Parts: sequence; C-alpha cells; structure tokens
Amino acid sequence: MSVLDSKVPKGPIKDKWTDYKNHIDLVNPANKRNIDIIVVGTGLAGGSAAATLAELGYNVKAFAYQDSPRRAHSIAAQGGINAAKNYQGDGDSTYRLFYDTVKGGDYRSREANVYRLAEVSANIIDQCVAQGVPFARDYGGLLDNRSFGGVLVSRTFYAKGQTGQQLLLGAYSAMNRQIARGKIEMFNRHEMLDVVLVDGKARGIITRNLITGEIERHSAHAVVIGTGGYGNVYFLSTNAMGSNATAAWKIHKKGAFFANPCYTQIHPTCIPRSGDYQSKLTLMSESLRNDGRIWVPAKIEDAKAIQEGKLKPTQIAEADRDYYLERRYPAFGNLVPRDVASRAAKERCDAGYGVNATGEAVYLDFAAAFQRYGSEQAKLKGIKNPSKEEVIKLGQAIIEEKYGNLFQMYEKIIAENPYETPMMIYPATHYTMGGVWVDYNLMTTVPGLYCIGEANFSDHGANRLGASALMQGLADGYFVLPYTIGDYLSNDIRTGKIPTDTPEFDAVEKEVQDKIDFFLNNNGTKSVDHFHKRLGKVMWDKVGMSRNAPQLKEAMAEIKAIREEFWKEVKVPGSGSEMNLELEKAGRVADFLELGELFAKDALVREESCGGHFREESTELDGEQKGEAKRNDKDFAFVSAWEYKGEPADAVLHKEELEFNDIELKQRSYK
Amino acid sequence: MNLTLKIWRQKDSKTKGQMVDYKVTDISEHMSFLEMMDVLNEQLVNSGDEPVAFDHDCREGICGMCSMYINGEAHGPDRGITTCQLHMRMFNDGDTITIEPFRAKAFPVIKDLVVDRMSFERIQQAGGYISVNTSGNTQDANALPISKHAADEAMDAAACIGCGACVATCKNSSAMLFVGAKVAQYALLPQGQVEAADRVKNMVAQMDLEGFGNCTNTGACEVECPKGISLENIARMNREFLKASIKG
Ligand SMILES: Cc1cc2nc3c(=O)[nH]c(=O)nc-3n(C[C@H](O)[C@H](O)[C@H](O)COP(=O)(O)OP(=O)(O)OC[C@H]3O[C@@H](n4cnc5c(N)ncnc54)[C@H](O)[C@@H]3O)c2cc1C
Ligand code: SF4
Ligand code: FES
Repeated sequence: MSVLDSKVPKGPIKDKWTDYKNHIDLVNPANKRNIDIIVVGTGLAGGSAAATLAELGYNVKAFAYQDSPRRAHSIAAQGGINAAKNYQGDGDSTYRLFYDTVKGGDYRSREANVYRLAEVSANIIDQCVAQGVPFARDYGGLLDNRSFGGVLVSRTFYAKGQTGQQLLLGAYSAMNRQIARGKIEMFNRHEMLDVVLVDGKARGIITRNLITGEIERHSAHAVVIGTGGYGNVYFLSTNAMGSNATAAWKIHKKGAFFANPCYTQIHPTCIPRSGDYQSKLTLMSESLRNDGRIWVPAKIEDAKAIQEGKLKPTQIAEADRDYYLERRYPAFGNLVPRDVASRAAKERCDAGYGVNATGEAVYLDFAAAFQRYGSEQAKLKGIKNPSKEEVIKLGQAIIEEKYGNLFQMYEKIIAENPYETPMMIYPATHYTMGGVWVDYNLMTTVPGLYCIGEANFSDHGANRLGASALMQGLADGYFVLPYTIGDYLSNDIRTGKIPTDTPEFDAVEKEVQDKIDFFLNNNGTKSVDHFHKRLGKVMWDKVGMSRNAPQLKEAMAEIKAIREEFWKEVKVPGSGSEMNLELEKAGRVADFLELGELFAKDALVREESCGGHFREESTELDGEQKGEAKRNDKDFAFVSAWEYKGEPADAVLHKEELEFNDIELKQRSYK
Repeated sequence: MNLTLKIWRQKDSKTKGQMVDYKVTDISEHMSFLEMMDVLNEQLVNSGDEPVAFDHDCREGICGMCSMYINGEAHGPDRGITTCQLHMRMFNDGDTITIEPFRAKAFPVIKDLVVDRMSFERIQQAGGYISVNTSGNTQDANALPISKHAADEAMDAAACIGCGACVATCKNSSAMLFVGAKVAQYALLPQGQVEAADRVKNMVAQMDLEGFGNCTNTGACEVECPKGISLENIARMNREFLKASIKG
C-alpha cells in the first residue's frame, strides 16, 4: 500500500469540485486576519494566489528573487491561454478541454484535477478581462481565439505575442492593490533557501536578502511554493537565467515527494543554438505553427549544400521539399503536439537533413501563409488582378500584425529577415511537467505545505499542451488554492502567531548559513557555470529527447561524479554580506546536480514511452504506427512519486495508480 | 573581436564608485551583449576577482530586468531592443565600450550596474490596478464588447516592461512615459473608467514624491524605449489628469 492519498472527492467527475466546495470548512473573515500565509514565487501561480488570499483577508508574505513580481518568468509566455468558452461555436466544452488535456498528456495525469482545471478555465478569462487585460479582439469587439497544437478547436485567448506578460501584469496589478492596503507584504530580491517544519507541519521559511546578504526567518500558518519549473537543469533552455529548482528541491529534502521528474517538454520551435558561449535559448511561439509549414530538403545533397552555405532555401523547388509533419501526420500536420513535432525534427536532423551549419535546424516557412492571407486581403479590399508582389505584401502585413514581435526578435538574434527567408528552428527544453507531488488540494506530502503552478506535477501528465500552463497557473492561484487552503487553515484559527525564535528555526537557519560559508571558503578552481554546463551536456545528450537504459545509467554515474567534483572544486568569490550573484548561482546549481540524477533515475525506471518521455526500447514495431512511441498502460499507468533518502540514487519510489473512469485509454494517434 | 570595456564598479549603495578598464578577446559577433559580459565575468572569477554585478533574467527582452547605459545610451546603440537583445555585431574589433548603470535620483545604485527601481513599484501600487476581487462570478468576458482599435491601443500601452530606460535617458529623469503607459492602458478600456480620476491623480502624486523630474517634451524617452511606447500616452495622461482636476 502506498502512503500517497490523492484525496480526490467521491462522486461523478462533473460534480466533484462543486460538491467539494459545498462541504469544506471555511474560515470566517474575522479569523482570517489572524492567519499568515507565505507565498514563495510571484509568477502567474504565486502572484494570483497571493492577491486572492489577501483579498480574502489573510495576511500574505510574498517572495521573489527578481526586483518586482512583474518580472517572473511567466512574463515570457507568448502564445496564449486556453479556456473552454466555446466563443467560436466550434464544439468546445469543459469535457472537450478535459479530454484534450488528458489525451495530450498521454494519459498520465489525474482525471479529477484536469476536469477541475477545465471547469474553472472560463472564469479565468472573465477575471482577466475585468482586470483590464487587453486580449486580442475581432472587429465586432469580441474576444478573438487562435488554435494551438494537439487540438481541433480554437480556444486559445491571446494578447499579441505577449499573453504571459499581460496576464502577469494583471495578477501584478491585483497584488499591487493588496500591497497598498498592507495585506501583502512583498519581499523582492529575496530567495527562499529552505522550509521550516514544526511538529511535522510547514510553518516558515529561511530566506536570503539578495541585496544585503542577510539570512532571515519568516513564519506562517501555511507555506505555498509557486517557484516555477526546473528546465534549467539542462543549462540551456527557454527559461530565464534565474529560473531554479531550489525551493522545490529543498522542500523535497524536507519530506515533500517529487513526482515524475523525467517528464520534460522539449519545445519544437526554438531558435537554434549558434555557439558554445550560448547562455540561453529563445522560443518562437508555437502559435507560429498555425501559419508556418515545417520542412527540410528531401534530397540529402541539397541538405549538404545548405549546411555548407552553398544553397539557399528559397532556391529549392517545391517538389524537393519534405514537409515531414504533413507527410507523417496528415490529420494534424504542422499542429501535432510538441513532443511529436520535436522528435520528428530530431529524426530528420539525425538523418543528415538539418539546415544550418551545425545540422541541427529545420525550416519554418511562411510563404504559403503570405499567399493565402494576401489573396484574402486583396479580395476584401476589392483589388482586381493583384500582382504576385502585391499579394505577398498584403499577406506579410497580416502576419506582421499577428506575430510582428516574434519576427523582430528572430531577426535581432539571427540577423536574417524571416519575411524573406524561412525561419530556422530546433527543439529546446522548455517546460517541466514533473514537479512536487500534490494531492487534489494542491498540498504536498508535508501538511501545510502547498505547491502550485509549474512547480507542481499536477495537470499535464507526460506532456503539456500549448497554452495550458498559463491556464493552470492562474487556475491554481485564483480559483483552486484559495478554497483548498481554507479547509486546512480552519484548524489553525486558535494557533496564534508562529514564533521564529525556536529550535526548529535555529536548526534550519544554521544549515543554510553553513552551506553559504562552505561556498565562500571553498577556494576551488572552477566557476559555477563550468559545472552547470557540464551537467547540462549530460542531460541533453543522455536524458534528452530520446532515452535508453545504458545511457541513463551512464548519466546517473556521470552526474554524481560532476556533483562530487563540484563540492571539491567550485569557486565562489566575494562575501556573503552583499549582493553576490555567483553565490546565488552556486546554491541553485548544487540543487540541480541532485535533481538531475533523480531525473535520470526516474527516466530509467519508466520503461515505456509516454509524452515527452521517449524510451528507444519502447516503440511500435509494425503497422501504421511503426516507430512511434509505445505506451504501456498495464505496467506504467502510475505517477512516480519519489521520497528523499539522502543520495538521489537512493530515493524510494511510491506509486499513485491512475484510474481512468471518464476517458477511455487509447494510444495517441495524430495520423 | 577584441574589446576594451570601461565599466562602472561600485561595491554598494554607500561606497563611491569608479570606472574600471577591462579587456576581452575573441568575442564572436553572434554573441549577445550579455554573453560578452558572461565571458568577462568567467574571466574575472577564474582570476579570483569579483565579477561585475548586472541585472538580467529572461534574456529575451520581456522581463525588463536588464538595464545598463552603454556608450551613453540606455540599452545601447540598437533601437527597439533591451540590453539583453543587443548583439555584438553592433560593435567593431578594437572598440572601447563604456558601460554604466541607469542614472537617476529615483534609481539609486545597489551594486556595480544594478539599480534599485522600487520607485516604479510604489507608483504602480498607488493606482495601477482596477479594483476587482477574484470571485469566479465576474461578468462574462464577452458581455462588454470593446472595439478592436481601443483594445489594440490599450495593448500597445500595456507593452511597457518597466525597465526604466525612459527615465535614464531623460535629462530631467522624468517617469512620464512609464506612468503614462499604465494610465493610458486603463483609460482606453471601459473597465478602467470607474477609478480613472483617482488613478491618475494618485499615480502622478506618487511619481512626484519619488523625485522624478518634470517632462519638458524632449521626446528622448520614446526614442530609447525598447517597446516603442509612444509619446501619445503622455498626452493622454495629461488629458486624464486635467479631466480629473476639473472634476475635483
Ligand atoms: C518562453 C516561454 C513561453 C511560454 N509560453 C507559454 C504559452 O504561450 N502558454 C502557456 O500556457 N504557457 C507558456 N509557457 C509556460 C508558462 O509560461 C510557465 O509554465 C508559467 O508561466 C509558470 O508560472 P509559475 O507561476 O509557475 O512560475 P514563474 O512565472 O516561473 O514564477 C516563479 C516565481 O518564483 C520565484 N522564485 C523562484 N525561485 C525562488 C526562490 N528560491 N525564492 C524565492 N522566489 C523564487 C521567482 O522570483 C518568480 O516570482 C511558456 C514558458 C516559456 C519559458
Ligand atoms: S516606457 Fe519604455 S523605457 Fe519606459 S519603462 Fe516602459 S518599456 Fe521601459
Ligand atoms: S533580461 Fe529580461 S528584458 Fe533583458
């Protein structure tokens, strides 16, 4: 018997959340004033949670490592946010969003959580519009939608190519209102370095003030972690430079189980790497796949010529192009889910058809879209017999309106005009579906310790659909946690303030201080980045888009060796009592070096292919699906929740069996 | 390429700073400016020196964290971009590049190139929001149509990333473009109307309190703004302010 209890309410799936809300304990408004909540992270998840909890009357202390909540990495989300509004009348519904999300996640998520997510999705859009989020609208003044990979309806709401920015600024404005009222105390440039448990419950955190270096104690009746994903374990990813796993990993070491670390999303449309100095990778929004067609040369000699700079893509005739997604997946074409699109790109490039000097790039071509939109515009504008150039020009204007900022970003980085030459793209690490295990209440295995947003594992199974992370972050923060945490806190109305001058706080503060002192006095010979890059290379080469048992075992051993060397040889200049960016990085990389090993171990144990996790040993051997990923529901329809036991390799596996009552398990097919 | 860097070094807000010269070699034109700074910092760490502190996070021009005054320009010589989007192809072999923090009374230096922009936070807290609680029973998002034109204009104003380049560029250190962008976004939307008068008055009052200078219409802010926030937003804020003052 597993110790995991998902606490999913009984009853039909469509009534679970409503019934649950009708029966939980509530905290009366007067008592909320006596209850403190710590929210670590103020991205979409943490920001929306902090604002809502403060509106309800709780005293909130919120923390972020940047100088403002407005700078959390949610700001970088481009494409959009899903909601089952069915404004387009194309057959969307709560059930369909639920179904698409479970299917997209390759049947590795918890049904009840996903259904609730789909249920509250429509509220998110209403709330954001009320806050003044300027979503795109059509000429009739109503909200516009676009469609994203893996689905057949248009349910994605967007604000130009800056949807994450606008949603975050909405949550930020709601936070600002509460900061002004004194209901949120905001700690910018503060990093949480550990959690404090008292009698087994989460009661506080230890932070470092990143300006003064001061180590601080903060107490509360409950602690919420919303610190984002761990994609930077690969060193190169589309995450921000500071994105880190420290809070999630530290709570794991204090008792929170870590679920499905191997489920990572490698996003198909990123700008390819150009050299060893590269510090991060840039995403080109998936929405581009609505209008762009992906191809590589069909002939190997053309590919070689392109790699050597002797041929231009525009010189390759239509018949000599291989639109491989349209060829392999006629039903979904360029809009197959991300994992499928990424592996297909890798397959072509591994076979030698890549289109830049490194051989690791494919084309994303808008020529057909210029033509299509251009003809439409010419008709609308009543232009008779427009010239070819005129049509292209009109079409380009439409594309510019839709994706102008992305095209500009591309041109600044690559120094090529994507209106004239097709874009080059290649997959890159983007999102982590795995994360801290939480139950239906979003509580971890530690009482009073919650985890929301990308940091938890909850809703996306083995693969996340586009535009669903923003939805989940805001669902957790605005509409789910504020209820579920109340149920827990109703037992704390008589507890009173949690003191910080206790042995529990002393002990954790000492652990934190000792580690900082160690780094500063280690006098090693190599920089933090040196180790981070080596870790990233092992992760990408052996725990990347395609995995097998021998390489995963090697990866575990190599990561352990890098970690041991790190503790001997790392060099951190400066002191602890000032702003010290190297010291910040050292702590984060130390945690990545442990998480990376657990990640590889999890990938090794999961001997099936599912979603973003592709095991070379588990593919379809024949039939129409030959070579495609093969899931194994009989042996692997469970969540892997890991319990910390010292070394990452010694972590103990607990299984949460997944039951599918409302959706029939099927092999995913996008053919 | 090989470059000489003249960089402002300052231990903390209490210590006086100074320009220090550094050399970097073998810089690729495809590197971003911050990747060039990474190379310098790796060099400094390896030789046991303290790396140069600078703010950055997303490195794709959207978080507003990066700042830097490069060769006398906020976010450097290119247009319509932030420092993190600046590429070394904008420079030539043998160049000397001067790198300073954003300078303004309301943006005190924290360390080296890192400045404190909490004044921007306080201005937003003074009124940069619409007072609506999260309830789950707000009216349907399509109940109130908004013309595409107004929505697009509001979006253009809302694109501000709060970087502070406008202030750093302005000879008066005025924050009018930053504040105007937020005021205009809400002024353009029906949801923003109820609190319009209080919002503009409170935000402007806080701006004055923080020690930002007056706007004398030089337009330098618009030129340096990485997000193309237009001067039109300042005009709109002035109109909103006048309207609010007449109402009393
Ligand atoms: C380039 C890009 C584009 C994307 N586009 C889309 C899209 O179009 N649609 C979609 O649905 N999803 C998209 N995603 C995914 C989505 O943006 C993220 O999953 C989501 O925004 C994460 O939100 P969050 O609140 O969980 O975390 P974040 O926004 O990452 O916030 C993390 C917060 O935690 C804080 N923090 C971290 N560690 C600590 C610590 N130790 N101490 C204190 N504070 C800490 C940070 O300061 C920050 O406030 C995109 C992601 C990327 C990278
Ligand atoms: S108005 Fe422009 S320059 Fe000023 S803070 Fe906003 S984005 Fe930066
Ligand atoms: S680092 Fe985010 S805008 Fe430059």
